[in-house]
Amino acid sequence: MADRPAQLIACHECDLLQRDIPLNPGCTASCRRCGAVLYRNATDSINRTLAYTLAAGILFVVANSFPIFSIEVSGDRSAITLFGAVRALWEQGVRTISVMVFITAILVPCLELFSLTALLLPLKLGLVPPKYTLFMRTLQFIEPWGMVEVFMLGVLVSLVKLTNNFRVIPGFALYSFGLLTLLIAAAAASFSARDIWNRLDEMMRQEGA
Amino acid sequence: MTQVNSGIPSAASNGLCSCHVCRLVSRRSRFSRREHCPRCGATLHFRKPRSIERCWALVIASYILYIPANLLVMMETGSLINYRKDTIVSGVVHLWKTGSWMIAVIVFIASVAIPVLKLFSLTFLLISVQRRSTWRPRQRTRLFRLLEAVGRWSMLDIYVVTLLAALVQLGSLAVVKAGPAAVAFGAVVILTMFATMQFDPRLIWDPLQKEEIHD
Repeated sequence: MADRPAQLIACHECDLLQRDIPLNPGCTASCRRCGAVLYRNATDSINRTLAYTLAAGILFVVANSFPIFSIEVSGDRSAITLFGAVRALWEQGVRTISVMVFITAILVPCLELFSLTALLLPLKLGLVPPKYTLFMRTLQFIEPWGMVEVFMLGVLVSLVKLTNNFRVIPGFALYSFGLLTLLIAAAAASFSARDIWNRLDEMMRQEGA
Repeated sequence: MTQVNSGIPSAASNGLCSCHVCRLVSRRSRFSRREHCPRCGATLHFRKPRSIERCWALVIASYILYIPANLLVMMETGSLINYRKDTIVSGVVHLWKTGSWMIAVIVFIASVAIPVLKLFSLTFLLISVQRRSTWRPRQRTRLFRLLEAVGRWSMLDIYVVTLLAALVQLGSLAVVKAGPAAVAFGAVVILTMFATMQFDPRLIWDPLQKEEIHD
């Protein structure tokens, strides 16, 4: 194992070595050479992220259980849920696309919310989260692949395209997805991996002493 | 922020390595094979391994797939009144002509502008890094940051095709089908996202301090 000089931070975009200094609440430290964001002092990061995550978890279930919208043509009505769309595409033989949509719009957001809860809930209760490195790595690995907000825009574009030819009836899940998008963005904005690692370091030190 | 050593400012040139998972800076020998982060156990690398080679491979694959993605049919729409086969570009044109110009602009940006700019920008970054260019590193880093941020939005058309194809299955009245271009285009989006993830922006800054750092 490598040894560990304290209070140093390396910019992840240009590798400039800098000192890690405490920030005022709400402030951001950026790299003096390339301008990348090094870390933020997000106010009350753990509590807020946990609150947003739990709310988003509930909405995620709601958004996936109800139809997003339905169309009506001469008495025939056709409604759609997100998972229903994934399954329909699979059955039509367009499996690659079906899998892509499943991963980016269902699986990754689900994993993201689950990992956040598994980390933050024990921390909130003053416990060391089991398998925390696994969850931290999962979060980092899946981060670029969660696309709920892109999906939301896709829903809106589809709505406009359909209104030319059909009568479109918005469903309950449409509003849930809109709100879910906002909550996931709020959770991402208040999340601070640095705060979690600092809290974990502190807990380990107390356990060691 | 205080800079630690203005002479040799990068972590790697001081023998320090920043963990890609938890960002902890730890000392690491430049010759030892594999070392792990003392805090989270992730394998330490000074730079992303084989960054340039992997990124090139993914970029070239994306260029090749970009051709069928644009030439083949993205979406087939059939109803009693009309039957259309749309490529990405003809879909945008159709949206524009039918008066949904806002949506046409959004789809154009997500499905045409972003993938093209992403491929060209990655090519430019790769060439400049390979030539060890010292030209405008700050702007090139900013370009990379932009690529990371906008890449996902290209999935837009894939979602639209999915929703329409699944929803509009009303027997003889109307039908929407995903065309073969959807698969090629989806692959381009995913490959370019992987390419962006493989690119290491720290390579932009190494030539400035006359350093060549691997792994």
